[in-house]
Amino acid sequence: MPYTPELKELIKAVERTRPERVERKRRGEEIPFLSLDERKERLKFHPDFKEEGRRPLQVGPSKGYAIAHEIADLLEAGSRVDPDRIDLSAPAYTTDVLVIGGGGAGTSAAILAAERGANVILATKLRHGDANTMMAEGGIQAATKGHKDSPYFHYLDVMGGGHFTNVPELVETLVTQAPDAIRWLEHQGVNFTKQADGTLETIHGGGTSRKRMHYAADITGAEIMRTIRDEARNHADRISVLEFSPAVELVLDESGHCAGAVLYNMETEEYFVIRAKAVIMATGGCGRLHIQGFMTTNHYGATADGIVLGYRAGVPVAFLHTVQYHPTGIVFPEQAEGILITEKFRGAGANLVNVEGNQFVNEREPRDVEAASIIKECVHEGKGVPTPTGRLGIWLDSPMIEQLAGEGTVKREFPGKYILYKRFDIDISKEPMLIYPTLHYQNGGLEFRPSGETCVPGLFIAGEVAGGIHGANRLMGNSLLDIIVFGRIAGTSAADYLAAGVSEGKLSLDHVRAYNAEVDAAGVSDGRVAPAIIPNYTDPAVRERQLTAHYVGNVR
Amino acid sequence: MDTAALTEKVAAKAVPIYIMGKRYEVPEALTIMKAMEYAGYQYIRGCGCRGGVCGACATVYRKAGDYKIYTGLACQTVVEPDMYLAQIPFYPANRATYDFESAEPTPETVFKLYPELFRCVACNACTKVCPMDVEVLDYVSALKRGDLKAAAEISFDCIQCGLCASRCMGEMAQYHIAQLARRLAGGKLAAKAEHLGKMCADIEGGAFADLLGGLKSMSVDELKKVYTEREMEPHMGADEWTPASSHGLA
Repeated sequence: MPYTPELKELIKAVERTRPERVERKRRGEEIPFLSLDERKERLKFHPDFKEEGRRPLQVGPSKGYAIAHEIADLLEAGSRVDPDRIDLSAPAYTTDVLVIGGGGAGTSAAILAAERGANVILATKLRHGDANTMMAEGGIQAATKGHKDSPYFHYLDVMGGGHFTNVPELVETLVTQAPDAIRWLEHQGVNFTKQADGTLETIHGGGTSRKRMHYAADITGAEIMRTIRDEARNHADRISVLEFSPAVELVLDESGHCAGAVLYNMETEEYFVIRAKAVIMATGGCGRLHIQGFMTTNHYGATADGIVLGYRAGVPVAFLHTVQYHPTGIVFPEQAEGILITEKFRGAGANLVNVEGNQFVNEREPRDVEAASIIKECVHEGKGVPTPTGRLGIWLDSPMIEQLAGEGTVKREFPGKYILYKRFDIDISKEPMLIYPTLHYQNGGLEFRPSGETCVPGLFIAGEVAGGIHGANRLMGNSLLDIIVFGRIAGTSAADYLAAGVSEGKLSLDHVRAYNAEVDAAGVSDGRVAPAIIPNYTDPAVRERQLTAHYVGNVR
Repeated sequence: MDTAALTEKVAAKAVPIYIMGKRYEVPEALTIMKAMEYAGYQYIRGCGCRGGVCGACATVYRKAGDYKIYTGLACQTVVEPDMYLAQIPFYPANRATYDFESAEPTPETVFKLYPELFRCVACNACTKVCPMDVEVLDYVSALKRGDLKAAAEISFDCIQCGLCASRCMGEMAQYHIAQLARRLAGGKLAAKAEHLGKMCADIEGGAFADLLGGLKSMSVDELKKVYTEREMEPHMGADEWTPASSHGLA
């Protein structure tokens, strides 16, 4: 729906201050960046710092570590299926490498493992490519321009963004492998936005000291995902894809090596076993858990399943107490709530302005600082823009871009968002967008090493399910980078692991039995089961009338 | 926010929609996807990113008393009174397997892998049905002319939902052919980034090993100092900008 008359009236404040803001932008005058101490103060308005939002885990390898209730609820839960009912003696499939997850990390891993001669099964909960990768818009960071940038500056930016808590070795791997990741994608045929001579266009993102954000219009993630998915399909002789088949448990062997998984066919409702010599976990993030009730940018399947499976198998979690809220999610129109508006709009010059039409924060602070500033402005300063449904938002002044870079720029550079808003009769080259922070990224995850290994032999991980690279806060453009860098590493490491020879012991789910017993003894599960698999969006009134329907967790 | 909470807040009036012919009353402001969840459906197929880019929720509908076929993404399209809808979560499509490394970026590569391209009768049903407003027939025509670059550009916003293939008189899967064209154009026709190769070579040659080793061994306070003092590339400056100090560069 278009802006209501009330909102159109409020837009006048934005229009009134626009000429002066455009002039300031042209002169290069910005609101100063916050100092490190000021950032610390500002972050007190960030949801991560709400004590009542989290609790210490009562079970498992990271017992005592306080994380969001919504994730703790899944870790302090029993298995979906009684392990005694799973027949491990007759696996439905046997393979060299099982990749769990069909996003950017899992797909890169599958390709690299297959290229090294491994037979791969890629199992995914929804369709191959249904992942947050597909939704990433803004870009992918890498220091590729030697006259002004290098992995040295990329390293500094990543550490600063993560509040200097990141695992240094993981960051070093990320930034030194970054240019080669871009080269690989370019070679695979990703259509990066380029100049005629091949020079890659690069722009700033929040927290970058150099313009190193590479992009493919405003659908960078989709362009990457569809390209590498196409390449995976070309390896059909070595990569088999099982869709609508989420993993619900890892399977170990008697010596504690990871040796496969129990999966669930969501359509026939059967559970089945895949035996594998190595497993790569690439299940992504947790946005659909709606932490602290926030709306989310994430895809339908982002329910932290891999965290649950890995944790039960003995892998500790790290940095999971921090969750990223993207500063700019759509808050009006309500039908599009939570959808991400790429940081690139701010990179291209659009201001954030309050209900009075005034700026209140530099538009290129790290994401957590930016989100905290918006929440502060709306909730604590009372300068948010009220929506017809009683929410608050801040204007993102996209029409400025037209004045700065010429008419038609918004439509050309942001075709995806231009079309999306057009459907609601809003022309974002003429009217600003109304935004509010939206749950975007799981900064932490399972502990792992730069080689992709975990403490469980034979279990490798890559992508958003992993924790440590981004410390307490990820910068824009480092997630698309991380999935490609660590996806390729995980695929290579798994193939190397196979080549060194894997003894195949008897399969076991004893770790699940032990975990269930621990959960029971702690008395914390309240009958809950995990992983969640999909969120529960059915109207509760309908559920109450479904008198003979049977739900296990959220799944019917 | 879940659908129920949303519904309560919007407190909108109910409108009738027909899901596969069956009537449900749903709040008027919902998208088709949220309306189906409101009606009691739980998605397994037909729902992906919920943000209009993954192509999982292609939907076909008609309106009462109107002969036209309408299409949309269930996650993006707002319900209308008396719409008759069905989702098409999957449509079979022929995709050619090929070796990308050895594939030549020529029209012949495309013609050989997808000879059905020439079954196109230019009926334009593909363009009419596209929920992303991609000019499908235009890129199919570009492909027939052998203009891979044009096909790559015109097809760029394709989300591979498959609706074009469902309506094609020539029975082809246009979106798979466009994918091939985009890869050939992006990977083999576009000029390579020279600066990228140079940086990779510098890294492989160990140009930054000592610099990074130095950063890794710093205390947090030392690192904060270096971080705070790092020079920022101006926002509106040109690509050729160079920092005042060459420290940290190759």
